[in-house]
Parts: sequence; structure tokens; C-alpha cells
Amino acid sequence: MSKLDAKIPEGPLKDKWNSYKDKIDLVNPANKRLIDVIVVGTGLAGGSAAATLAELGYNVKAFCYQDSPRRAHSIAAQGGINAAKNYQGDGDSFYRLFYDTVKGGDYRSREANVYRLAEVSTNIIDQCVAQGVPFARDYGGLLDNRSFGGVLVSRTFYAKGQTGQQLLLGAYSAMNRQIARGKIEMHNRHEMLDVVVVDGKARGIIARNLVTGEIERHSAHAVVIASGGYGNVYFLSTNAMGSNATAAWKIHKKGAFFANPCYTQIHPTCIPRSGDYQSKLTLMSESLRNDGRIWVPKNMGDVQAIRDGKKKPTDLTEEERDYYLERRYPAFGNLVPRDVASRAAKERCDAGYGVNKTGEAVYLDFKSAIQRYGKEQAKLLHMPDASPEKITELGEKVVEAKYGNLFQMYEKIVDDNPYKTPMMIYPATHYTMGGVWVDYNLMTTIPGCYAIGEANFSDHGANRLGASALMQGLADGYFVLPYTIGDYLSHDIRTGKIPTNTPEFEQAEREVKEKIEFFMNNKGTKSVDHFHRRLGKIMWNKVGMSRNEKGLKEAIREIKALREEFYKEVSVPGSDQEMNQELEKAGRVADFLELGELFAKDALDRNESCGGHFREESVELAGEQKGEALRDDKNYAYVSAWEYKGEPSEAVLHKEELKYENIELKQRSYK
Amino acid sequence: MNLTLKIWRQKGSNVKGKLVAYNVADISEHMSFLEMMDVLNEQLVNSGEEPVAFDHDCREGICGSCSMYINGRAHGPDGGITTCQLHMRTFKDGDTIIVEPWRAKAFPVVKDLVVDRSAFDRIQQAGGYISVNTSGNTQDANAIPIPKLNADLAMDAATCIGCGACVAACKNASASLFVAAKVSQYALLPQGQVEANDRVINMVDQMDAEGFGSCTNTGACSAECPKDISLENIARMNREYMRAKAVTK
Amino acid sequence: MANSTFTTIGRKVLMALSGFFLMFFLLQHLTINMLSVISPDMFNSVSHFFGYNPVIQFALQPVLIFAVVFHFIMGFYLELKNNKAREVKYAANSASENSSWISRNMVYSGLVILAFLALHFADFWIPEMEYKYVAAEAQDATRYHHELVEKFQSPVKVGLYALSFVFLALHLLHGFQSAFQTVGFNNKYTPLLKKLGNIYGVAIPALFILIAVYHYLNPLTH
Repeated sequence: MSKLDAKIPEGPLKDKWNSYKDKIDLVNPANKRLIDVIVVGTGLAGGSAAATLAELGYNVKAFCYQDSPRRAHSIAAQGGINAAKNYQGDGDSFYRLFYDTVKGGDYRSREANVYRLAEVSTNIIDQCVAQGVPFARDYGGLLDNRSFGGVLVSRTFYAKGQTGQQLLLGAYSAMNRQIARGKIEMHNRHEMLDVVVVDGKARGIIARNLVTGEIERHSAHAVVIASGGYGNVYFLSTNAMGSNATAAWKIHKKGAFFANPCYTQIHPTCIPRSGDYQSKLTLMSESLRNDGRIWVPKNMGDVQAIRDGKKKPTDLTEEERDYYLERRYPAFGNLVPRDVASRAAKERCDAGYGVNKTGEAVYLDFKSAIQRYGKEQAKLLHMPDASPEKITELGEKVVEAKYGNLFQMYEKIVDDNPYKTPMMIYPATHYTMGGVWVDYNLMTTIPGCYAIGEANFSDHGANRLGASALMQGLADGYFVLPYTIGDYLSHDIRTGKIPTNTPEFEQAEREVKEKIEFFMNNKGTKSVDHFHRRLGKIMWNKVGMSRNEKGLKEAIREIKALREEFYKEVSVPGSDQEMNQELEKAGRVADFLELGELFAKDALDRNESCGGHFREESVELAGEQKGEALRDDKNYAYVSAWEYKGEPSEAVLHKEELKYENIELKQRSYK
Repeated sequence: MNLTLKIWRQKGSNVKGKLVAYNVADISEHMSFLEMMDVLNEQLVNSGEEPVAFDHDCREGICGSCSMYINGRAHGPDGGITTCQLHMRTFKDGDTIIVEPWRAKAFPVVKDLVVDRSAFDRIQQAGGYISVNTSGNTQDANAIPIPKLNADLAMDAATCIGCGACVAACKNASASLFVAAKVSQYALLPQGQVEANDRVINMVDQMDAEGFGSCTNTGACSAECPKDISLENIARMNREYMRAKAVTK
Repeated sequence: MANSTFTTIGRKVLMALSGFFLMFFLLQHLTINMLSVISPDMFNSVSHFFGYNPVIQFALQPVLIFAVVFHFIMGFYLELKNNKAREVKYAANSASENSSWISRNMVYSGLVILAFLALHFADFWIPEMEYKYVAAEAQDATRYHHELVEKFQSPVKVGLYALSFVFLALHLLHGFQSAFQTVGFNNKYTPLLKKLGNIYGVAIPALFILIAVYHYLNPLTH
């Protein structure tokens, strides 16, 4: 019998959430004033949770490492947010969104959670519009939708290419209202460095003031972790430079199980790395694949000529190009899911067909789209004898209206005009589906400690669909956690303020201070980034898009060795009594060096290919699907939840069996 | 390329700072400005010196963290971008580059190139929101149609990333463009009408209390804004403000 | 109202309103001065009317003086306050890359105009006040034209006037459109308005210079 109890309510799928809500314990408004809640992280999940909990009457203390809650990395999400509104009348429903999400996640997510997500998705749109989020509208003044990620309906709401920004600013405005009312005590430029567990319950955190260096104790009746994902374990990712796993990892070390760390999404359309100095990668919205065609040259000679600058991609005829996605997946073509598109790009580049100097780039070409739109426009404008130049010009205008800001961003970074020469793209780490294990209430295995948004593992299974991350973050923060946390806090109305002068707080603070002192006094010779880069290389090469037993075992060994070297050789200049960005990074990289090992261990355990996790040992051996990922439902239809036991290598695996009662498990096919 | 950097170093908010010269070598033209700063910092760490503190996070021009005044320009010599989107190909081998923090009384220096922009947060807290509860049980999102033009204009104003380049570039260190962008977003939407008068008055009062200067319409803010927020928003804020003053006591 | 005076926007709106008033006054002043070129007789009679009409003398003139004084005091006050909003200046500042010199230096063009006003008052207003109220001399409806022409016989003075008007032009070139922007006028007509502002800002000072030069070149012969 597993220690894990997901606490999924009984009853038919469609009624679970509503009947559960009717039955859970509530806290009366007068008592809410007596209860404190800590929220770590102010992105979509943390920001919306903090605002809603404060609105309900709890005293919220919110923390973010940035100088303002508005800067959390949710702000960088481009494409949109899904919701089963069915405004387009194209047959969308809660069930269909639920189905698409479970299927897209390659049948590795929890049915009840996903159905609940689909149900509350519509409230998100209502809520955000009421807050003044300027979603795109059509000429009738109603909300516009776009299709996204190859699903069969148009359910994605968007605000230009800045949907994440607008949703985050909406949550930030709701927070501001509560900060002004005094219901949220906001701690900017603070980093949580440990959770404090008292009598088995999460009762507070230790945080460092990043401006003064002071170590602070903060107590509360519950702690909510909304600190995002751990994609920066790869060093290079589309995450923000400061995005880190420290809060999630610290609670893991204090008893929260960590689930499915190997489920990572490698996004296919990012701007390629240009050199070793590269600090981060920039995502180009997935929507580009609606109009762009992906290719590499057919002949090695052309590849070399392009790399040497002797040929331009535009010199190659259609016959000399290999549109490999269209070739391999005729049914979905360029619109296959992210994991499939990423692996296909890697396959071509590994075979030597990469088109830039690093050998890690493929073309995303808009020429066909420009011509198609140009001809369409010429027809609309009654110009039957439009010259080819005119058609190109008209087509470019259409493309500009659709993707102008992305094209401009590309040009700024690469210094190349993507209207004239094809874009170069390559996959990059983007999102982590894995995270802290939570039950149906979003509570971790530490009572009173919750994890929401990307920080938890809950809804996306082994692969996330486009425009679903924003949906999950806001669903957790606005509409799920505020209910479920009440059930727990209803037992705390007589507890009174949690004192911070207890031995548990003292010990936690001591441990944090010792760690900081270690870094300050460790007169090493290498910078934190040096180790982070090396960790990233191991992760990318051996625990990246394609994994095998040998590589994973090597990775585990190498990460462990790197960790030991890190503690011997890392150098942190300056003082801990002031702003010290190297010290901040040191703590984060120390945690990545442990997480990376568990990540590889999890990938080794899961000897199947599912979603973003591809094991070379688990592929179709024959038939039409030969070489494609092969899922193993018989042996691996479970959530891996790891318990910390002192070292990542000693982590103990607990399995939560996944039961599918409303969906039939199928092998995905995009042929 | 090889460059000389003159960078503002300041230990803390209450200490005097000064420009310090550094040399960096073998900088690739494909690097972003912040990657060049990474190279410098790695160099400093390796020689046991304290690296230059600067704010940065997303490095793709949307979080609004990065904030450098480079060769006399907010976010450097290219238009419509943030510091992290500035690339070294804008500079030439042998150039001397002066890097300073945003300068404004309302943005005190925290350390080196890091400034405290919490004044912006306080202005938003004074009224930069719509007072709806977060229950999700408001009316259906399509219940109020909004003309596409207004929705688009509201979106244009809402793209402000709160970086503070407008304040940094303005000769008066005025925050008018920042405040106007938020006032405009809500003024253009029906949801924002209910609290429109109180919002603009409270936000402007807070802006003044923070010690920002006044707008003298030089247009520097909009010219340096990474998101090209238009001066029309300031005119709209002034209209809103005058109307609010006329109808409230 | 007291409150609005003390916010940045309130002060700026008052600057704009006084600016509008002064720009209207300039237009009216120029119109009368043009008469001195076109028809000395008409100039005399209009000047006489303005000089002795009690509404103009005791109601409009104080308003005008108040507007001038207010515009200057508020302008300097704002400049000082705006200066304080940035205590530490930039070591390097390429302001010319994002804004025009004239828009950033309204206080200097304003100072030149203030100095000019002192000269102008010494030339015309003080003698006029002395004539009318101190010496209390008899009304003479024909004296204005030749008094005016005599003032422009010195090339130095004509030069000073011309130079001052150049600064007035600089001030107006930004001030005209800035005043509209401040009171919230920024719409599809703004490009047109800016053109109008440029015409106004150049034409008014140019005509004033023309008048001064005209009188210098055409001294009275009697």
C-alpha cells in the first residue's frame, strides 16, 4: 500500500468537483482574520492565489525574488490561454478540453484534476475580462479565439503575443488592491530558503532579504509554494535567469514528494544558441508553425555550403529541401505536438543536417505562406495581374499583421530578416510538467504545505499542450486552492498566531545561515555559472530530448561528481550582509545539482517513452509507426513520487497508480 | 571586439558611487549586452572581485527588470528594445561604453546598477486595478461587447512593462507615461468606468508623492519606451484627470 | 481646486491655459502692430482706444500682467521642482537622441523672453504709464505712430528685438503644441495642429521682426 493518498472524491467525473465543494469545511469570515497564509512566488498561480486568499479574508504574506510581483516569468508566455467557452460554436466542451489535455499529456495525468481544470477554465476568462484584461476582440466587440497546438477546436483566448503578460498584470492588479487594503503583506526581493515544519505541519518559512542580506522568520498556518518550474536545471532554457527550484526543492527535502521530474517539455521553436556565452534561449510562439514550414537541406553538400556561407537557404530549390515533418507525419505535418516536433529536429541535426555553425538549427520557412496569402490578397483586392513582387509584398503584410512582433524580436536577436530568409530554430527547454506531488487538494505530502502552478506536477501528464500552462496556473490560484485550503485551515481557527521563537524556527534559520556562511567562506576558484553551465551540458546531452540507460547512468555519476566539485571549488565574492547576486545563484545551483540527479534517476526508472520523456529503448519496432515513441501502459501508468532520504541517489519511489475510467488509453499517432 | 566599460559602482543606497573603468576582450557581436556584462562579471569573480549588480530576469524584453542607461540612452542606443535585447553589434571595436543606473529621486540606487522601483508598485496600489472580487462569478466575458478599436488601444497601453525607461529618459524624471498607460487601459474599457475618477486622482496624487517630476511634453519617454507607448496616453490621462477634478469635490 | 493646483497635472494645465491666453494676446498685439506698417492713422486711433478704454486698461491689462507673471513664476517653479526629481545627474546623457533641444530648454527661451519684456516695458509701457498717470499729460490721439518709429532707430535695439523674437519662436514652436497636449488634445488632428503650431511659431515672431526692421529702414522724415 502506497503512502500516497490522492484524495480524489467519489462519484462520477462530472460531479466530483461540485459535490466536493459542497461538502468541504469552510472557515467563517471572522475566523479567516485569525489565519495567516504564506504564498511564495507571484506568477499567475501565486499572484492569483494571494489575491484571492486575501479577498476571502485571510492574512496573506507574499514573497517574490524579483523587485516587483509583476515581473514573475508567467509574463513571458506569448500565445494564449485555453478555455472551454465554445464561443466559436465549434463543438468545444468541458469533456473535449479534458480529453485533449489527457491525450496531449500522453495519458500520464490524473483524470479528476484535469476535468476540474477544464470546468474552471471558463471562469478564468470571465474573471480576467472583469479585471480589465484586454483580450483580443473581433469587429463585433466579442472575444476572439485562435487555434493552437493542433487541437480540433478554437479555444485559445489571447492578447496579441503577450497573453501571459496581460494575465499576470491582471493578477498583479488584484494583488495591488489587496496590498492597498493591507490584506497582503508583500515582500519583494525576498527569497525563501527553507520551510519550517512544526509538529508535522508547515508553519512558516525562512527567507533572505535580498537587499540587506538579513535572514527572516515568517510564520503562517499554511505555506503555498508557487515558485514555478525547474527548467533552468539545463542552464539554457526559455525560463528567466532567476527562475529556480529552490523553494520546491527545500520542501522536498523536508518531506514533500517530488513527482515525475523527468517530464520536461522541450519546445521546438526557439532561437538557436549562437555561442558558448549564451545565457538563455528565446522562445518563438508555437503559433508560427501554423504558417511556417520546417526543413533542412536534403544533401550534405548544401548543408556544408550554407554553414560556410557559400550558399543561402533561398538558393535551394524545392527538390533540394527536406520538409521532414511533412515527410514523416503527413497527417499533421508541421502541426505535430511539441515533443514530436522537437525530437524530429534533433534527429535531423544529429544526422548532421543542422544549418548553422553549431549544427543545431533547422529552418522555419514562411515563403509558402507569404505566397499563399499574397495571392489571396491579390484576389480580394481585384488585382488579377499582380506581379510576383506585388504578391510577395501583399503576403508579407499579412504575415506581419499576424506575427509582426515575433519577426521583429527574431530580427533584433539574429540580425537577419525572416521575411526574406527562413528563420532558424532549434528546440529548447521550456516547461517542466513534473514537480511537487500534490493530492486533489493541491496539498503536498507535508500537511499545510501546498504547491500550485508549474511548481506542482498535477495536470499536464508527460507533455503539456500549448496555452494550457496559463490556464492551470490561474485555475489553481483563483478557483481551486482558495476552496481546498479552507478545508485544512478550518481546523486551525483556534490555533492563534504561530510563534517564530520556537526551536523549529531556530533550527531552520541556523541551517540556512550555515549554508550561507559555507558559501561565503569557501574560497574556491570557479564561479557559480561555471558549474551551472557544466550541469546544463550534462543534462542536455544525456537527459535531454532523447535518453538511454547508459547515458542516464553516466549522468547520475557525473552530476554527483560535479556536485562534490562544486562544494569544493565554488567561489562567492562579496558579503552576505548586502545584495549579493552570486550568493543567490550559488544557493539555487546547489539545489539544481541535487534535482538534476533525481531527474536522471527518474528518467532511468521510467523505461518507456511518453510525452516529453523519450527512451531510446522504448520505440515501435515495426509497422507504420516504426521508430516512434512507445508508451508502456502495463508497467508505467503511474506517477513517480520520490521521497527524499538524504541524497538524491537514495530517494525512495512511491507509485500513484493512474486509473482511467472515462478515457480509453491509446497510442498517439500523427502519421 | 575589445571594449572599455565605465560602469557606475555604488556599494549601497547611502554610500557615494563612482564610475569605474573595466576592459573586456573578445566580445562577440552576437552577444546581447547583458551577456557581455556576464563576461565581465565572470572575469571579476575569477579575480576575486565583486561582480557588478544589475537587475535582469527574462532576457527577452518582457519582464521589465533590466534597466541600464547606456551611453546616455535608456536601454542603450537602439530604439524599441530593452537592455537585454540590445546586441553588441551596435558597438564597434575599441568603443568606450558608459553604463549608469536609472537616475531619479524616486528610484534610489540599491547597489551598482540596481535601483528601487517600488514607487511604481505604490502608484498601482493607489488605484491601478478594477475592484472586482476574484470569485469568477462575475458576468460572462462576452456580456459586454467592447469595440475592437478600444480593445486594441487598451492593449497598446497595457503592454507597458514597468521598466522605468520613461522616467530615466525624461529630463524631469516624470512618470507620466507609466501612469498614463495604466489610466488609459482602464479608461478605454467599460469595466474601468465605475472607478475612473477616483483612480486617476489617486494615482496622480501618488505619482506626485513619490517625487517624480512633471511632464513637459518633450516626448523623450515615448521615444525611449521599449514598447512604444504613445504620448496620446498622457493626453488621455490629463483629460481624465481634469474631468475627474471637475465632477468630484 | 486648491488641490489640483498642487498636483503636477494641475500645474501644467494652468501653464497651458496661461500659455493659450498669451498666445492669443500675441496675435492681437501683432495685428495692431501690423497697422503701424499698413496705416499709421489707423494704428494711432486703435492705440488710442486701447490706451484709454477703462475696460482694457483696468480689467484686461491687469489680467494680462497677471498671466505673464503667473506663466513665468509657475514655469520657474516647475523647472526647479523638476530639477529636484533627479538629484544625481547622468555622466553621459544623449538627450538629443530622443527629444528636441527646444522642448528641453523652455526655461532658457523663457528667460530671454523675460529679459526682453524688461526692455520692452522700459521702452513702451513705463513711458506710457508716466505719460498718462504720473505726468498726467493731455490725451493726444496722434502720438503713437511716431513714438513707435522713434524707438526703432537704433540698430542695436532692432538687433536685440530680433534676437528676442528668435527665442520667442523657439518657445512657441514647442509651447503651442505642448499646451494642446497638456489639456488633453491629442487625436487624429494632432499632426495638423502641429503644422499650425509651426506656422504660428514662425510667423508671429517673423512678422514682429519685420515690423521692427521696417521702421528702422523707414525713419520718419518730418
